Amino acid sequence: MLKRNRIVKFKEMLIEKLLLCCSLLSVFTTAAIIYVLLSESVGFFKEVRIIDFLTDTQWTPLFTNKHFGILPLLCGTLLTTLIAIGVAVPVGLISAIYLSEYATVKMRHITKPLLEILAAVPTVVYGYFALLFVTPLLKKFIPGLSGFNALSAGLVMGIMIIPLVSSLSEDAMHAVPMGLREGAYALGSHKIQVAFKIVFPAALSGITAAVILAVSRAIGETMIVAIAAGQQPKFTLNPLVPIETITAYIVQISLGDTPHGTLEYQTIFVCGTTLFILTFALNVISFKLKRRFQEIYE
Amino acid sequence: MDRDVIIQIEKADSFYGTKQILKNITLNIYAKAVTSLMGPSGCGKSTLIRCLNRMNDLVPRFRLEGKILYKGLDLYSRDVDITDLRREIGMVFQKPNPFPKSIYENVAYGIRIQGVTNGEFIDGIVEESLKKAALWEEVKDRLHESALSLSGGQQQRICIARALAVKPQVILFDEPCSALDPMATAKIEELITELKKNYTIIVVTHNTAQAARVSDFTAFLYLGDLIEVGPTGKIFTVPQDKRTEEYLTGKFG
Repeated sequence: MLKRNRIVKFKEMLIEKLLLCCSLLSVFTTAAIIYVLLSESVGFFKEVRIIDFLTDTQWTPLFTNKHFGILPLLCGTLLTTLIAIGVAVPVGLISAIYLSEYATVKMRHITKPLLEILAAVPTVVYGYFALLFVTPLLKKFIPGLSGFNALSAGLVMGIMIIPLVSSLSEDAMHAVPMGLREGAYALGSHKIQVAFKIVFPAALSGITAAVILAVSRAIGETMIVAIAAGQQPKFTLNPLVPIETITAYIVQISLGDTPHGTLEYQTIFVCGTTLFILTFALNVISFKLKRRFQEIYE
Repeated sequence: MDRDVIIQIEKADSFYGTKQILKNITLNIYAKAVTSLMGPSGCGKSTLIRCLNRMNDLVPRFRLEGKILYKGLDLYSRDVDITDLRREIGMVFQKPNPFPKSIYENVAYGIRIQGVTNGEFIDGIVEESLKKAALWEEVKDRLHESALSLSGGQQQRICIARALAVKPQVILFDEPCSALDPMATAKIEELITELKKNYTIIVVTHNTAQAARVSDFTAFLYLGDLIEVGPTGKIFTVPQDKRTEEYLTGKFG
């Protein structure tokens, strides 16, 4: 009875190792990606000075007169991201407040999955939606609008990340203890005061984490901007003209016939590294905020 | 002893969905006295106290039949403004629930949401309320620190100060000491005794000793029925009902 069953023990060990391998796989992939990004970037910076990369206002690696300034691409990314956040944060937060504080249980069970369907639409569909529906629509109101522009790409990207903002913020608000709401009601609060003066501030770090994650998502979004925002790196914050984001540039080069090992080829890795640093920093901040939030209420 | 009745509960039945919690409760609450609602878990004592400031309205499918009169006014009539009612009848909860704001802002919250912006006036109320809650000396130099940095007992007194700041007539205490250690409990009980000079107080407790220490009147509830009610001295020395006697002597609970 008390003897160890060797077969069971062996099976346990086998399963444990298998699980370990699976989790190591994703760690290894990440490490490999970072290695490739960095090693190609090092090659790039042997030819281009970092100071030029960071301060030159032109990005023309495919022209005879080559310039390698990341600023125009960064500007395009910043512009579309700002527009997207301008849409997603207000709409997302208001939906989250509605879902968390106002909706009945039944209503929430219907509305929340519906909102999340937005996240299930393939981004390429959003891209064509921006190019073929939103841009022509906006042209009726803004005659000077170009066929490719940051505005409609940004707006549509904003719509796409609404569920991310609303779902994560709703989780944060839902996690605010019922006791706090009761305490506020017991002092004669109206519902809107409970929502905005108690629940919203109490969930603020969770909400901030959600917003940062949304920013990070917008920075990394590729398909919509590649299709609808254009392919002209411009150092401008004008949302009505074609621009190019970092991600769209990577698509452009990857799809083209740029020979392997050339400087032009290496630019996509240096762009990838820039993107990676941006989104990684934002995700770390978001993660830290989220943990702080959990510490308060657990 | 002649006392004014401030709250009359008349034939109250309450339900969560189809489940009946309170059964035909008729009870008078006297002004400027402490009334304990005592009984084992699940007897309906918390439900009863939450009917008095309509906190149960937050619970879906809650229903009350019968009447609860506050100064002669039916609390559940359509004319009652529920926010005014809750300012008049304040509440302190089982688990201290200070807002994640500063000590000062916790106490100021109730008057700020009424639209008061006069800083000096709010300062005055905050100081007065903290003094009444016997917390002023401990926190006066750190009013702008987070209320969450205080100990459990201090947090509960913040909640009392917060309730006092909106000038209630009645204060409901829903097992205010169940999350506190004996020292903090003693302080809250002392405070309740002090507050009854100016406020009507109702305390829910499952702790018989606490009911005996703090209250002038004690009501014993069991499985949704009000078994008996009377002056605390009488309930504890000559209980009329066998179940009360058994509860007091620890045969169940």
